[in-house]
Amino acid sequence: MASETTLTAIPTGVVGKQAPGIWGFNGGQMIALLIMIAALGAAPFFLYPVFVMKLLCFALFACAFNLLIGYVGLMSFGHAAYFGMGGYVAGHAAKVMGLTPEISIIAGGLIGAGLGLIGGWLAIRRQGIYFAMITMALAQMVYFFCVQAPFTGGEDGIQAIPRGKLFGVIPLDSDMAMYWVVAVVFLCGFMAIHRVIHSPFGQVMKAIRENEPRTTSLGYRTDDYKLVAFILSCGLAGVAGATKTLVFGIATLTDVHFSMSGEVVLMTLVGGLGTIFGPVIGAAVVIGMQNYLAEMGAWVTVIQGVIFVACVLAFRRGIVGEIGNLFKVKL
Amino acid sequence: MLDAIEAFLGVPAPLLFGQLLLGLINGAFYAMLSLGLAVIFGLLNIINFTHGAQFMMGAFAAWMLLAWAGLGYWWALLLSPIIVGFTGIILEKLFISRLYKLDHLYGLLLTLGLGLIIEGVFRNEFGSSGLPYRIPAELSGAWDLGFMFMPIYRGWVVVAALFFCIATWLIIEKTRLGAYLRAATERAELVQAFGINVPRMITLTYGAGVALAAVAGVLAAPIYSVNPQMGSNLIIVVFAVVVIGGMGSILGSIVTGFGLGIVEGLTKVYYPEASATVIFVIMAIVLLARPAGLFGRA
Repeated sequence: MASETTLTAIPTGVVGKQAPGIWGFNGGQMIALLIMIAALGAAPFFLYPVFVMKLLCFALFACAFNLLIGYVGLMSFGHAAYFGMGGYVAGHAAKVMGLTPEISIIAGGLIGAGLGLIGGWLAIRRQGIYFAMITMALAQMVYFFCVQAPFTGGEDGIQAIPRGKLFGVIPLDSDMAMYWVVAVVFLCGFMAIHRVIHSPFGQVMKAIRENEPRTTSLGYRTDDYKLVAFILSCGLAGVAGATKTLVFGIATLTDVHFSMSGEVVLMTLVGGLGTIFGPVIGAAVVIGMQNYLAEMGAWVTVIQGVIFVACVLAFRRGIVGEIGNLFKVKL
Repeated sequence: MLDAIEAFLGVPAPLLFGQLLLGLINGAFYAMLSLGLAVIFGLLNIINFTHGAQFMMGAFAAWMLLAWAGLGYWWALLLSPIIVGFTGIILEKLFISRLYKLDHLYGLLLTLGLGLIIEGVFRNEFGSSGLPYRIPAELSGAWDLGFMFMPIYRGWVVVAALFFCIATWLIIEKTRLGAYLRAATERAELVQAFGINVPRMITLTYGAGVALAAVAGVLAAPIYSVNPQMGSNLIIVVFAVVVIGGMGSILGSIVTGFGLGIVEGLTKVYYPEASATVIFVIMAIVLLARPAGLFGRA
């Protein structure tokens, strides 16, 4: 694949070089990280906490998705399946089995990873467009399963899921208490993704994105790397879905539907493919837009479509990618 | 005789044949849509995510021609593909043609966005409840075949879809135009060097693929209610069909489309719970056994 056809505008030569700085963050990323942590601390005092929690769940979801598209070059068009199933399992664990929230979230992550193992194992047999179509079809299968399976409650979903007590001690009924849990989950997920990208494993991931045949010729079993990356991404998507379910106390078909898979693609694209902070900004833009334009009904779909088209035609670096380009720094 | 057959099949014959016919009809739509996708993919290297929306536009064009211009089914069958195909040509000229030098995935994202726009606009304009479209008088009624009643329109859909599929296959495999098309699919630069206007051919091919989706939309209008979501529900199954068949062969798309429709119909009879997922399960099995698809080249 020639360099002009690769998905992201990251210069070659980054692969194989360990970025300097603290925990692998370069100067610009360190500043952005500090701003993000400060915003995390301040946000619930200025904005409606439930809105910020929703945003953080989707930001984690988009970061997990970006791990695949931005760093391995795999376009999954069915990530809603892992996100939504994580939510269903967490809801079931918290409501029916009466487990504590942290166990429920872990259960959601595990089911996401488990499904990711099966889905990834099937999908990595094909590349490019076929990979996208296969992940999409598998997700549709999960959707139909959720429509019929008794434990998901079909059209009604699982409702009135209790937030429970963290570690069995701290009640999370108040939005502020829940907020700090969500913020910690998000930050842990975000740092984990950053750590993976800057690990030796992550270097191989990026090598696969740049040139898969060449990575194979260097002696790496690229299929194994792709599968592990897929499982990681799906597990984190499951965690995001589980957390969202606990925040809202409800798990529904919306979260496994194809349009959710499309939305996470849009978030990542708007923010910037292959940038660490891009998916977070993209999630804020898309969720904020849905929130403030909710009364416009189907026009939201039209606006989302227009953003897709605009991003692809004129704005392929995304918001964070453009800012990074402006300041000549990788964000 | 009929009793013996029923004992062998384990279900009442009318139920079985009724579902088989429904399966054939679904298969007809799978075949026509996956054929259009395959033709477009062959030349443009783009998976046309707008295809479902264009199928829906075909049905809506038929409805509009009747409601606003008083033109009936047969006129719709002629005019709707032309109108929708023309909008496809405009989309290709304005947007899609800018992406040929980029990664395939950008084409996928762009056409997905275009599909969202089209679907959203139709939902705003017509709501999501669906509009009725009557079966034309010449094709209403049913034949008594002895073992089942067959609504004439349903038989017509299968025959018409087969006709359009075979006509497409003949054009691509047996005519000079089709030869240019196949050559450009292999090596576009070389064909251009022989003095053939490849960019125009690409535009027209996209228009033709879209027109094929619109034909399927017109055929579908009297069967399903005409509504803005009718395409997006179908298109994901069609993608699975494309993965199963592989996009290498035109005849392969047709056979896979009809075959999977029949399998889906049989599943509805013998194990209804799995009828929504059976095609995806088959896709998984095919991926394990023959990753390139049944008719694909690795």
